Amino acid sequence: MDMPASDPAKLLLGNAPRGFCGTIHGLDVQAGGSSLSEVELESQLIEMGFVEGARVEILHEGAIRRDPIAVRVDNITIALRRREAMAVVVIR
Amino acid sequence: MTDALLDPRSIHLALVGAPNSGKTSLFNALTGSRQKVANYPGVTVERKAGAFVTPTGRQISLVDLPGTYSLRGRSPDEEITRDVVLGKFPGEALPDLVLCVADSTNLRLTFRLVLELKRTGRPLLVVLNMFDIAQRRGVSVDLEALSAALGVPVVTSIAVRKGGTAELIRLTEEFAAREQPATADNSWAPLSIFDLKALQREADRIIRDTVKLPSKPDSLTTRVDAVVLHPAAGLLILALILFVMFQAVFSWAQPLMEFLSDSFAALGTLVHDTLPDGLLQSFLQNGLIAGVGSVLVFLPQIVIIFLFILLLEDFGYMARAAFLMDRIMGGAGLHGRAFIPLLSSFACAIPGIMATRVIDNRRDRLTTILIAPLMTCSARIPVYTLIISAFIPATDVWGVFNLQGLVMFGLYAAGIGSALAMSFVIKFFMWRDYQPAPFMLELPDYKLPRPRSIAIGVYTRAKMFLHRAGTTILSMMVLIWFLASFPQPPAGAEGPAINYSLAAMIGHFLEPFFAPLGFNWQIAVALIPGMAAREVAVGALGTVYAIEGGKEAADAIGQALSSKWSLATALSFLAWFIFAPQCASTFAVIRRETGSTGWMVVTFLYMFALAYVASLITYNVAVAFGAG
Repeated sequence: MDMPASDPAKLLLGNAPRGFCGTIHGLDVQAGGSSLSEVELESQLIEMGFVEGARVEILHEGAIRRDPIAVRVDNITIALRRREAMAVVVIR
Repeated sequence: MTDALLDPRSIHLALVGAPNSGKTSLFNALTGSRQKVANYPGVTVERKAGAFVTPTGRQISLVDLPGTYSLRGRSPDEEITRDVVLGKFPGEALPDLVLCVADSTNLRLTFRLVLELKRTGRPLLVVLNMFDIAQRRGVSVDLEALSAALGVPVVTSIAVRKGGTAELIRLTEEFAAREQPATADNSWAPLSIFDLKALQREADRIIRDTVKLPSKPDSLTTRVDAVVLHPAAGLLILALILFVMFQAVFSWAQPLMEFLSDSFAALGTLVHDTLPDGLLQSFLQNGLIAGVGSVLVFLPQIVIIFLFILLLEDFGYMARAAFLMDRIMGGAGLHGRAFIPLLSSFACAIPGIMATRVIDNRRDRLTTILIAPLMTCSARIPVYTLIISAFIPATDVWGVFNLQGLVMFGLYAAGIGSALAMSFVIKFFMWRDYQPAPFMLELPDYKLPRPRSIAIGVYTRAKMFLHRAGTTILSMMVLIWFLASFPQPPAGAEGPAINYSLAAMIGHFLEPFFAPLGFNWQIAVALIPGMAAREVAVGALGTVYAIEGGKEAADAIGQALSSKWSLATALSFLAWFIFAPQCASTFAVIRRETGSTGWMVVTFLYMFALAYVASLITYNVAVAFGAG
């Protein structure tokens, strides 16, 4: 997978601001600082609907350090921390 | 399954589905109050089983398995769901038919689970639940095409409406009447990332081909969330909800409680007047009626607190509360998901500690278990209510609040504050170099709670409380009456009879230890049966004082106390109950859940130390201010 930095349109969901709208480009579980193993994190993200092509929108963020975030993934809303959202590569 | 051999017409169902799929309300709709809540043997995951009879008289038993997104089994709950479906759970019957429950407004995640379940070879029936809400939102489903694409029969249901499950029952009936087909082989194996993605793609393809989804998300949920999840307004609303909850517990329950306590007092007087003076009269009036009555009186409060918890859960607010609290709890070293177990601990630490199973990470779970008993459980309410109404005047503060309600709120706040501080200490000293576990939670669309489902939930919990009151607490009350009545004073002895009893001996023995806290020997006596259940301490105080005073009725415990205790003693007693390791069943559950006696001992000791120090400080400060 391309590094997000190489393409200005790509960024990590964990860095995106509130109101961000985009599409999932893929998962890059090595990018984040999650305490989960890579396989476990990737499985959990897929089970919650974070798959390539899904539409995402950051609806809300927490009061402290804008964390966690509530993300609309297609037609459901998932709450997660920015730390884990770093594993989701999105395109604007 | 032996039942099936005895009665060929009965079949066994299992409900499987993602969290928030409406599985529980479907279970309630099918079984009504015919359900049994217990634990799976050896583990403390709640096992909900029930039964119903179809219109043609067929017996159907069913079990509501813990919610899961996959069969991967990443928590003890999810492992149970997997093992029961695979027929690998010892002592659990292999279900004849698995009902896979889907929230009709949110099919993606469940359809992937259906495809995974198909691999187990178990007969499946997909239930599109909450179909009315989905239709209202513009979801339309080609049921025949969907059934063909999934290769599994599909049925819609509206768990909340009368007759909304008729079609589901009819299909189950048809399935049971059919010659049982040889079940397909189980080809399930843990999914690789590749498999998982492939299944999700297939699920998405099926949805594209057979389901028409609305283009807009639920606008009501979006609008409500704009306020409820707002960083500042959201926290304010959360605090407000909690505050209303505690004011309600204190004031709404009052008329009912007064009615109950008056009734028991009247019953006691009736017995007193009917029977001749003696041991039997004393046992019935002071042991049995006063003891059970003083505990039953708190049923209205327990019903109200569970009503709030179940309502918030069914509205879909609990997940939002976890979202709002995640970072705040994270600051204290807790996981956002710990919010739900800790909130449940306000009702009782036991279900709260059991609910920590939603936390995957062992260390996060352990921290939550250790601090859960500090949350003000409903068993403390009797003690708090008694002392507050006896010692704190019901004056208005700023014209809006009641001083009694404010003190109650303060006691709750002290519990929460100390729990957060304790968690911080645990994190700092024990797990300094440790990464917190992830927080990932679905925020379901808001739904109107179903009155019937809430009623069944409250009823089940009230029944559990009454069962406890009827067994543990009653036997403790009889024990304390015995301790307070025997041995009988020698002939011609002076002073109240209780001064010669076993209770007095134990109380006097413990008195020097508790004296620095301002506790007299009667309190020391009452604390002992309080170990069985905190609320017993109230009944025990009643017994001790009722017998001592001879004619004092147990419903006047509060008046008795206010004439016999100083304010400093009362405040010290309240401080003791914030922290005290009082309930033996909580410790039994901690030992079971942590799988270690060591953690149970640690919890007991730290709580005991906190209680002793807090009472010591409270008493001495109060005395210094002239309340001694």
